Amino acid sequence: MKSKTQKLVIGLVSSWLILFGVLPLLLLVGASFLAQDPLDFFRLEFSLDAYRQLVDPAYLEVMLRSVKLAAITTTLCLAAGYPFAWMTARLSRSSRIAVLILLMIPFWTNSLVRTYAIRLVLGTQGLLNTFLMSTGLIDSPIRLLYTDTAVILGLFYLMLPFMILPLYACLEKLDYRLIEAARDLGAGFPQILRKIIWPLSLPGVFAGCIMVFVPTMGLFYVATLLGGARQLLVGNLIQQQFLNARNWPLGSATSIVLILMMTLMLAGYYFVLRRLAIRRNAP
Amino acid sequence: MKGLRLFFFAGIFSYLYLPILILVINAFNSNRYGLKWDGFTLKWFGAMVDNSGLMEAAKHSMVIAVCAATLATLIGALAAIAFHRYRFPGRRILQGTLMTLMMAPDIILAISLLVLFVVIGISLGFWSLLFAHITFCLPFTMVTVSARIQGFDPFLLDAARDLGASESQLLYRVVLPILRPALLSSWLLSFTLSLDDVIVSSFVTGPSYDVLPLKIFSMVKVGVKPEVNALATIMVGLSLVLVLMSQLLIKEKVHNGNVE
Repeated sequence: MKSKTQKLVIGLVSSWLILFGVLPLLLLVGASFLAQDPLDFFRLEFSLDAYRQLVDPAYLEVMLRSVKLAAITTTLCLAAGYPFAWMTARLSRSSRIAVLILLMIPFWTNSLVRTYAIRLVLGTQGLLNTFLMSTGLIDSPIRLLYTDTAVILGLFYLMLPFMILPLYACLEKLDYRLIEAARDLGAGFPQILRKIIWPLSLPGVFAGCIMVFVPTMGLFYVATLLGGARQLLVGNLIQQQFLNARNWPLGSATSIVLILMMTLMLAGYYFVLRRLAIRRNAP
Repeated sequence: MKGLRLFFFAGIFSYLYLPILILVINAFNSNRYGLKWDGFTLKWFGAMVDNSGLMEAAKHSMVIAVCAATLATLIGALAAIAFHRYRFPGRRILQGTLMTLMMAPDIILAISLLVLFVVIGISLGFWSLLFAHITFCLPFTMVTVSARIQGFDPFLLDAARDLGASESQLLYRVVLPILRPALLSSWLLSFTLSLDDVIVSSFVTGPSYDVLPLKIFSMVKVGVKPEVNALATIMVGLSLVLVLMSQLLIKEKVHNGNVE
């Protein structure tokens, strides 16, 4: 027996999630199988044209390039975020909170504003060039803005906290006694890192990579502001198809690729979690 | 080792903070292009206030952020309660949907909502923007409130019911007061997420309802705009205040936990 309030609450929550969560995704999948129409967003007619255009070499090249940029960004985030998370987890309680707050402040600041701020640093007469010239390392300003490097630096800047937080959550829980035991048994730090810390932190590594890799490809405004007019990220392609070219089927099909990548990564994550759980329960 | 650690932290934090610092300094710099320090000025803040398009977009953003944060907190809290206390068909699927919404890249959410709005005929503007913002805040408010619910004593509800409270009285008199800190931090988080969003907004709003991030985007695409520096400085200050407030709330939560 359900009371009226209970029914109302369940009704509201379910209808919201179905209307704004499930239905839009189904529509998106549906739209990717529709025919293109030069005047309207799409024509109600089954077609695989969008997927055919997806494997067009020129289109594919942009996709692969975006994957490459995202992979480099993820690697950089992991390389910087892993030691950061580990060192933070080893700090005293109060310093840990201070470090996390310092990390949260930029994280809570508008990401567009931060991308714009990066531009001030990288410009030909920005801080970096002025600094490098004053040290005599370079004679004339180097062109940083509107290059792939600038885009990677910007993406790294925005996504780093997304890598650090899951890693930190994982490393903080790590049982330090395991490391002490290993040290007592004569293991050096490289061995401890390889055999204990790294395997136990894999869920955090995967979670961090999932949070960084696929969303990175969607950040079209970073590519626009730091990379110039070229189409660099999958996000730019999607934006182009939806807002300028009005080719919704192709835009939808492009986003399906992102969804598939995300699903694959999540599957990998659950695989790692299961393997760890099995190993822990093994005698 | 300790020196190395300090060096590493200093490196990462200067990378995170230097650009913001330069932005703030340039907001007070007379030199239009921020190439060198030309003396202190507040004129860019004046220019910002005089830019009526920018001010209107700022007002729109605040309205959306306040409405979205309030409604997302309300619906998120109800969802958390429903998932925790009630058993109903499709519960697992809905929980899965929430997690999908949380994990999905913004761009996927943006275009899927755009397709929805066009198909069901909601014109792009205030309402589409509001629905979209509530939707992407929802998983975060649900998770925050859920965490608080896990920790509370179910006997309180039995006691209230024994004393004759109805289901709605249970919600208003017992559950909501206990959830207050979680509700406040959900609200702050949603408010921030809403103000921060560029991707979803750029797809689901129309020319009739310009919001701040989009306005800034179109202004800075072409070059450096000192009034954007001024505005950005205010936004940095705002996020500073919001982070500190949410930290205080977490402290209060821990404190309450110890007393109970």
